Amino acid sequence: MKHSVALEHQRCRGCTTCIKVCPTEAIRVRRGKASILHERCIDCGRCIQSCPHKAIKSLSDSMYRLEEFSCCVAVPDPALYSQFQHLEYIDTVLNGLQAIGFHRVFEAAKAAELLSDYARRYMKAEGERPIPQISSACPTVLRLIQMRFPKLIDQIEPTITPIELAAILARREAAAETGLPPGRIGVFSIVPCSSKVTLSYTPEYLDHPVLDGAFSIRDIYLRLLKPMRSLEETVPLSTSGVMGVGWCACGGEGAARLDESYLAVDGIGNVIRMLEELEDGRMPEASFVELCACTQGCLGGCLTVENPYIARARVNSLMKGLPMQKVYFDEAGLTQAEVLSQHPLKYTPAFLLDEDRQAAMTKQLQIQELETKLPGLHCSSCGAPTCRAFAEDVVLGRASEEDCIFKVRERMRYMAGPAAADEYLPAPFRRGPENPSDR
Amino acid sequence: METIKLVYPVEGGDLIEAGEASSKMKLTLKKLGLPPDIIRRASICMYEGEINMVIHADGGQAEVEVGLDEITIRMEDHGPGIPDVNKAMEEGFSTAGDTARDLGFGAGMGLPNIKRYSDKMNIETTVGQGTVVTVKIKI
Repeated sequence: MKHSVALEHQRCRGCTTCIKVCPTEAIRVRRGKASILHERCIDCGRCIQSCPHKAIKSLSDSMYRLEEFSCCVAVPDPALYSQFQHLEYIDTVLNGLQAIGFHRVFEAAKAAELLSDYARRYMKAEGERPIPQISSACPTVLRLIQMRFPKLIDQIEPTITPIELAAILARREAAAETGLPPGRIGVFSIVPCSSKVTLSYTPEYLDHPVLDGAFSIRDIYLRLLKPMRSLEETVPLSTSGVMGVGWCACGGEGAARLDESYLAVDGIGNVIRMLEELEDGRMPEASFVELCACTQGCLGGCLTVENPYIARARVNSLMKGLPMQKVYFDEAGLTQAEVLSQHPLKYTPAFLLDEDRQAAMTKQLQIQELETKLPGLHCSSCGAPTCRAFAEDVVLGRASEEDCIFKVRERMRYMAGPAAADEYLPAPFRRGPENPSDR
Repeated sequence: METIKLVYPVEGGDLIEAGEASSKMKLTLKKLGLPPDIIRRASICMYEGEINMVIHADGGQAEVEVGLDEITIRMEDHGPGIPDVNKAMEEGFSTAGDTARDLGFGAGMGLPNIKRYSDKMNIETTVGQGTVVTVKIKI
């Protein structure tokens, strides 16, 4: 799997902020720089948001990529619409996209609306899937479930994401109207988060990527501002209603299920808690569960510009002028198979200590044994997020016991005598009698 | 082969935090590579036990032992004990108070669920002294 979250080494100062916020404990600091354990990364972007030195990035594409194709289609996530002050019409954004180099646009919101319509018409009718069904819209959640909640894999809805469906339809539409071979058409998503950048290259449900690249909202935003202000005429392009645009905020997908009861959760910590409950069979009072890794849903994505709460208010007022629904699944020329997954999701246990259970148990015993000897302060001086994670690293060969500052102190004490040993430790860790520099 | 021992204190009076021990245990069992089904059953037993200890006994302690072919969960409290174990095992019977019920607990499914999801269940209880629920799940 190719992740989009990446480190810029020159900027990283090894400060341990990111390792503390990572929900899957996927980051360590080694030799003064953070490094990502790729098999554990779910591309949630918390590290991107928290890094004080802006050293963690999402590897989205450069605009030069547009030159590779005869016809370029932009597939904007509806979260893009929420980024602009005083925006009255979605068409202003779409026309702006055409002014900065895209030949065509195809709204992810339109595909979202089709997927909502599909869900209302066909998902309930099948009725044989385990309840509650979990939304497949947030790729970070899909990766988290596959890594840590194997019992819930069967509960994830089998539908592809709006961006992917939009890309399929966009290429088809562009090929039909321009007569170009599909390979000459470049389809690019404009996304609010690292997770959707990754999805554009490495789909979860599709056998092959349907996008040619991805741009972040952050990259596109500044380029759009001026062209949007100086549009000579605005061609009507938008074809999505409230049901589609609403997907950018947490609860929007659920609300578009209409008479179905739903529950919407935002923020990765809350999502993990919800998954724990679902895994234990504690049923929410809902048949559909929407889980968004980011605060306020995609509006809070790590590659957006605007404060998610302001963005939310803007989307709400933007939606007031829109009809509920503009497109219908049965009129879109789609087969059911086209919106469904091409392969089942698999359990990829990223936290396993060893393939062999007996060996895993031996390692667990060693970890527990070592953990009792560690200070339990989770100071991260060793480069791991907690003492337990550090114990795991030592047993799995990713760290050595003396990377712990307290273990070093033990050695110092042995060599220099107890009085001097304290002096080697930073103030919060000193145990000896108080001295003036402690204040 | 030594068994792995995990100890989780369960604090009384805090229904909101109940479930923490079961979450922690689950993550460890996943690291060991136990089958997802087994993990789920162990976690349900643990969760129900935790809730019982919080509601009825002002907390207690859960000890988990993981062997190669069996998980044993021992949940011990020093609460009021169970006067009529057979009655307590009936589905829908509960002595939980109003606060617990207001929070959605006290449906009388705790012990029955533990029985359903375990391979072996044993209750030792003395009124006025406390209860030990021991559960075994075969791997």
